[in-house]
Amino acid sequence: MNITLRIWRQPGPGRPGHMVTHRVDDISPDMSFLEVLDVLNQRLTAAGEDPVAFDSDCREGICGMCGLVINGIAHGPQASVTTCQLHMRSFADGDVIDVEPWRAGPFPVLKDLVVDRSALDRIIQAGGYISIPTGSAPEAHSILVPKDDAEDAFDAATCIGCGACVAACPNGSAALFLGAKITHLGLLPQGQPERDSRALAMIARHDAEGFGGCSQIGECTAVCPKDIQLEVISRCHRDVVTALFHHGEQQEGPPEDQTGGNLASGPAGD
Amino acid sequence: MAVTGLIMVLFLLVHMYGNLKLFYGQAEFDDYAYHLRTMGQPYLPYSGGLWIIRVVLLVSVLTHIASAFTLWARSRRATGGRGGGRYQSTRARRGVQRSYSSFTMRWGGVTIALFVVYHLLHLTTDTIHPGGVSSSAYVRTVNGFEIWWVVLSYTVALIAIGFHLRHGFWAALASLGANTSRRRRRHLNALAVAVAVVITVGFLVPPYTVLFGGITA
Ligand code: HEM
Ligand code: SF4
Ligand code: SF4
Ligand code: FES
Repeated sequence: MNITLRIWRQPGPGRPGHMVTHRVDDISPDMSFLEVLDVLNQRLTAAGEDPVAFDSDCREGICGMCGLVINGIAHGPQASVTTCQLHMRSFADGDVIDVEPWRAGPFPVLKDLVVDRSALDRIIQAGGYISIPTGSAPEAHSILVPKDDAEDAFDAATCIGCGACVAACPNGSAALFLGAKITHLGLLPQGQPERDSRALAMIARHDAEGFGGCSQIGECTAVCPKDIQLEVISRCHRDVVTALFHHGEQQEGPPEDQTGGNLASGPAGD
Repeated sequence: MAVTGLIMVLFLLVHMYGNLKLFYGQAEFDDYAYHLRTMGQPYLPYSGGLWIIRVVLLVSVLTHIASAFTLWARSRRATGGRGGGRYQSTRARRGVQRSYSSFTMRWGGVTIALFVVYHLLHLTTDTIHPGGVSSSAYVRTVNGFEIWWVVLSYTVALIAIGFHLRHGFWAALASLGANTSRRRRRHLNALAVAVAVVITVGFLVPPYTVLFGGITA
């Protein structure tokens, strides 16, 4: 296959960037999208030019590093896959393909296609600890979890923190990511002791990072490589509203930011 | 946003139902307008009940608009002011799955707000009187809707309201935590379409009946 890539090139943070056209000939339809960028980079390097900066790690769809906006769609035209799992057979010979970084206020572009997604990590951090015994593995039957809850919690836990939901959201909201994290622990017995404070602290951090507010448009779930469902946003709002009610009853000050207080495992991303 | 929106939807349903009394003739309709003012008496003074509703509606409208501005400002900050159009690529401008209604929320909202002002000047305060001045709400309404451009302006507004409610009703329920499964999501979306259609069509039936001579003053 021969294709033409129009790639966002930007020399550094805050610097102006623009779309640059690169031709890539003789590629196989079985190559992944990232392998095509590898091929392009080898040729650019051999020609003494600056290679295209992009992120990747596992290349098997589980780490969440590799987000690219391809033809205007986060993670490209194929549903339910990450960019590393998108193959060139999804395109036609001779295609011109637009490749851009995630765009959102809280995700500054570092170089070319690489953005800083640590705002998502700070939301996780704000969630803080959960009170569970660590050390030797607990007896598996000591905590009972209803089957449906276990499944829903597990579905939510598959969120890999890639940030495609933010990239696709017309409001630049991370509501789907936040909802996945809140749902994941909120449905499990282990998540109950800190359920209220976690919901309040995480949504406060989400807003403080500069993400937009959700207006239930649903673009996020349509591009999510892990098919995180829109109901996690409703579940998150339920937890926040419930927490506010409890909070009113207790007459306390606002919950303290639990950043840095990771005693046991936090609501980890992957 | 959600709570105030739902209050206004409730008002619209009652208002739409009330308008259908136009079919019962002048006496019944004006009597209804009179009862709006005497409801709650003698606990409340004349017009007291109506004023309570007006205050609730006004507070809802203002809160709704203030929330919309807050959301809009946050959205602008998070997307460099470009929303869904922030990518260079023009190939997915309409998104992957979003509804047409979801694009029309902001300008639709502005259209509706302007309409409400026009409508209040027309039928509540009688300041604009395309069909002639009258102290009878029935006569004001019927005379107004005998004019094609009045009906046209109401039609445009109600279509805007229909789109606004199609997305707004669904979003309000989802934001309040009602969307808990795929099935629920299908039902909530269907409900939103139904509410939007009922309100748009229900409001438009009287004006068109007047226009085509089915109701006369
Ligand atoms: C064809 C459609 C409509 C008709 C025939 C109609 C008719 C009327 C009439 C006759 C009144 C005056 C009632 C009175 O003073 O006794 C009124 C008031 C009002 N209408 Fe409508 N209306 C329509 C659509 C709408 C829509 C779509 C909205 C909102 C978006 C709306 C909002 C209001 C409000 C806020 C008032 C003022 C209530 C008050 O404070 O007295 N109307 N309408
Ligand atoms: S919710 Fe989906 S799109 Fe968003 S960060 Fe998680 S895996 Fe990525
Ligand atoms: S539902 Fe829509 S508005 Fe909400 S986070 Fe997803 S894409 Fe953004
Ligand atoms: S590189 Fe890990 S998900 Fe794509």
